[in-house]
Amino acid sequence: MAIPGARIVSEYADRMRATLRAVGEISITAGLILMLFCAYLLWGTGAYTQSQQALLRRELDTRKEPTRQVKPGQAVAMLRIPKLGDDYRYAVVEGVGAEQLKKGPGHYPKSAMPGQIGNFVLSGHRTTYAAPFNEIDELERDDEIIVEAREARYVYRVTSQDIVEPDEIEVLAPVPGKPDISPIRAFITLSTCHPEYSAAERLIVYGVLKTTEPREE
Amino acid sequence: MYAWLWRMLPGRPLTRALTAAVLVAVVGAVLWYAVFPLLEPAVTLDEVTVRE
Repeated sequence: MAIPGARIVSEYADRMRATLRAVGEISITAGLILMLFCAYLLWGTGAYTQSQQALLRRELDTRKEPTRQVKPGQAVAMLRIPKLGDDYRYAVVEGVGAEQLKKGPGHYPKSAMPGQIGNFVLSGHRTTYAAPFNEIDELERDDEIIVEAREARYVYRVTSQDIVEPDEIEVLAPVPGKPDISPIRAFITLSTCHPEYSAAERLIVYGVLKTTEPREE
Repeated sequence: MYAWLWRMLPGRPLTRALTAAVLVAVVGAVLWYAVFPLLEPAVTLDEVTVRE
């Protein structure tokens, strides 16, 4: 015996099933694409940085002009942090615009040059674009930060770490944190995002110049 | 959607599976090399500078 209306109910159920399946398939696809995008951010962006680093290194090797004449986008010096590995080497690029930071750690153009009195300020990515500053939270007091410029090798030692708001520009001052005082020493300041994968705050590592070793021509 | 795509692919199941794999690779490559680089600047998970 046919139940009145059963056919309509079954047609409705078929349509419902097809719609749900389509929604499910689209959701799964969107999820996979999102995962791929995360992988791209974490690892894919690094390929660009690696290729740009090779160019910047070549530029450092052949540089004739003094470091202070560097223009935005050019290589400033080589940054080495032995605590983060013997092979930890990044060519520092002049400028902290988005395009420059994609190439490697960037130098604030208005801050001091390597080894000079004042504050040599660098920013670097923490999770994307090869993540040069991923592990700077591991730096402790007296760890060395080495900056190899054309004219000399500057060895800074870490003094402290801090976590600040993104607009706390006092950390960029010639004497970090004390904008009203004029400097008599050479400082270094590294900044990156904090916590990891977030733009909420900034992690800051401070250091002071320990030794300067002029390079032979 | 995927069932429909599978029906649209020509040939035996093995040929279809290979064609599907190639299609997936092509879509992945287009996303990775063309679409993601355009989307990336909009993601600000890795803001590293201090500014006003």
